[in-house]
Amino acid sequence: MAVTLYVPRDTTALALGADRVVARLERGARARNVEVDIVRNGSRGLFYLEPLIEVATPEGRVAYGPVTPTQVESLLDAGLLEGRQDHPLALGLTEEIAYLKRQQRLTFSRIGLTDPLSIEDYTSLRGFKGLERALALETQAVVDEVTASGLRGRGGAAFPTGIKWQTVHDQPAGQKYVVCNADEGDSGTFADRLVMECDPFLLIEGMTIAGLAAGADQGYLYLRSEYPLAHAVLDEAIARAVAAGYLGDNILGSGRAFHLEVRLGAGAYICGEETSLLESLEGKRGLVRAKPPLPAIEGLFGRPTVVNNVLSLAAVPFILDQGGQAYADYGLGRSRGTLAIQLAGNVKRGGLVELAFGTSLRELMEGFGGGTRSGRPLKAVQVGGPLGAYLPESQWDQPIDYEGFAAFGGVVGHGGVVMFDDSVDMGEQARFAMEFCSVESCGKCTPCRIGAVRGVEVIDRLRAGESRDKNLALLTDLCDTMVDGSLCAMGGMTPFPVQSVMQHFPDDLTPRQAVTAGGTTC
Amino acid sequence: MSHSASPVADAWTPAALQAVIDAHRTRPGAMLPLLHAIQARFGFIPEEAVPRVAEALRHTRAEVHGIISFYHHFRTHPAGRSVIQICRAEACQSVGSRQLEAHAKQALGLDYHQTTPDQEFTLEPVYCLGNCACGPSIRVNDEIHGRMTPEQFDALTDELSATVVEVK
Repeated sequence: MAVTLYVPRDTTALALGADRVVARLERGARARNVEVDIVRNGSRGLFYLEPLIEVATPEGRVAYGPVTPTQVESLLDAGLLEGRQDHPLALGLTEEIAYLKRQQRLTFSRIGLTDPLSIEDYTSLRGFKGLERALALETQAVVDEVTASGLRGRGGAAFPTGIKWQTVHDQPAGQKYVVCNADEGDSGTFADRLVMECDPFLLIEGMTIAGLAAGADQGYLYLRSEYPLAHAVLDEAIARAVAAGYLGDNILGSGRAFHLEVRLGAGAYICGEETSLLESLEGKRGLVRAKPPLPAIEGLFGRPTVVNNVLSLAAVPFILDQGGQAYADYGLGRSRGTLAIQLAGNVKRGGLVELAFGTSLRELMEGFGGGTRSGRPLKAVQVGGPLGAYLPESQWDQPIDYEGFAAFGGVVGHGGVVMFDDSVDMGEQARFAMEFCSVESCGKCTPCRIGAVRGVEVIDRLRAGESRDKNLALLTDLCDTMVDGSLCAMGGMTPFPVQSVMQHFPDDLTPRQAVTAGGTTC
Repeated sequence: MSHSASPVADAWTPAALQAVIDAHRTRPGAMLPLLHAIQARFGFIPEEAVPRVAEALRHTRAEVHGIISFYHHFRTHPAGRSVIQICRAEACQSVGSRQLEAHAKQALGLDYHQTTPDQEFTLEPVYCLGNCACGPSIRVNDEIHGRMTPEQFDALTDELSATVVEVK
């Protein structure tokens, strides 16, 4: 009987040589006359262990990692194919790895367990149970479950998902749309990508439920062009879902329809903003729209549209399957359910950590992350993407929830946690925040379009030691203008990282630092 | 399912261009799928595509030009055989992407948005490839590479140059 092995095929595993590991495994097994069945599963999200090899044993899957191609022979010699555990890379039973065992995986319960494109694998782990229940309910009851769950938009804005769905549901019948925002542009985030590459049917199921609830029969998945593998996986998953009757004109014989299509972005960060995304989907420049009208009332092509992030939609199948209350049982205050935290940047054990709201950054960065990869002391952490503040150590013990973070000017955003060691020049980071905005601003409103350019210039002058007090006053004023006067979060939040550097790391805005580090331009 | 592909594709002809336009023009919000299809097929969006796309989608030429120039992904000149994108975003910065970026520019003799005279490499910035726990990250055509060091970068570009020579 063949030995079953698992080697992930998500972007990170591939970026670290997973395909070469598979080639060596195949060759080594052949040389030993052992028949192997190598499943290309999704990643467990434990990126510090990728490429991770798992071997099916009667006791469960045992793991080895991180494996470089050149280590495969020694692993085979040490009895990997029998699941023996005497090699230094042996990790024991995968499920017992503390990093994984201590998580509360509701959305990511399936990743890494399955072949992402196998509908059979998906349904064997309660896949499409949420859809089946939604098909048996009145549309209002579906919306009610989502409202009861307390789910809030995981893209960063944290708007209650149930209210959004209710608004679209209540619009008069006619063409409506579901749009999935898969333009995961924040640095330090990869949870959307993991859903799409490692459990694509989950997203398909979530979008279909949204379509049933809102009365929409067409969905668009707006995917960033920087994710070529996710694109290929999603296209194939949609084709298989259609063939199996989970999408199309007659979902599971119910007589109800939902169609889904992937649309590719084109490298514009601003298109992660929902109105800009809709403009882009309509085939225009991604200029932000003024609100109101809300997309839920006048969205894509002027029709009522549910626009949700990947993670919001991916939370829905659990909510429909287990009930809204089961989801709401997790969390803290008004932040219900779980948050997909992504440990990134200078981190020793980077990866995905799904936990109920309420954990502290310190627990995440030290308990899970193990500190920095460089081994140097942590200096700052940027949470919530390029528009999030840099948080100094005094703010690392705050439990993570939307309101708690907002109270001190922090941003939970999409849950990205980017760690920096003490070699970072925070003045350079502040400059980059403005530079990034100048590259990515859609140009519609002046505070963002011009403010970002002026911001770079003022910070350069500060770092060159010119008229410190005057330039600091100018930068303060500029930041306030951008925060108060911008149409969307791009201009309105770009000052957050800058202000946090001014407040918590003022020494890094002095010329001494500038001379040693130097800036880069695009 | 292949995740690696060269961006260099067919030489464009008016007929082939029109065929791509006709295949996509009736889709709702056809503009981006159409421009993607043109670039995927020909490697870039030729100037002659602008009036044709404008006519097909009932836009002005200025509007089409405006859309192409808005999106970083679209290019109006042919790229090198290997398009190398270096992630400039924060997570990669925290593990040395600024040094990698400086090294790559120097090693290839290119600034961003430039192509080597032999059409081998095009260098571009990118803001996040979603490999943020294992940076610095670069993308070469459709393949992502993680934990990239200057030494590995040199080895990779050497290998890419050698591959092209073998094909010839």
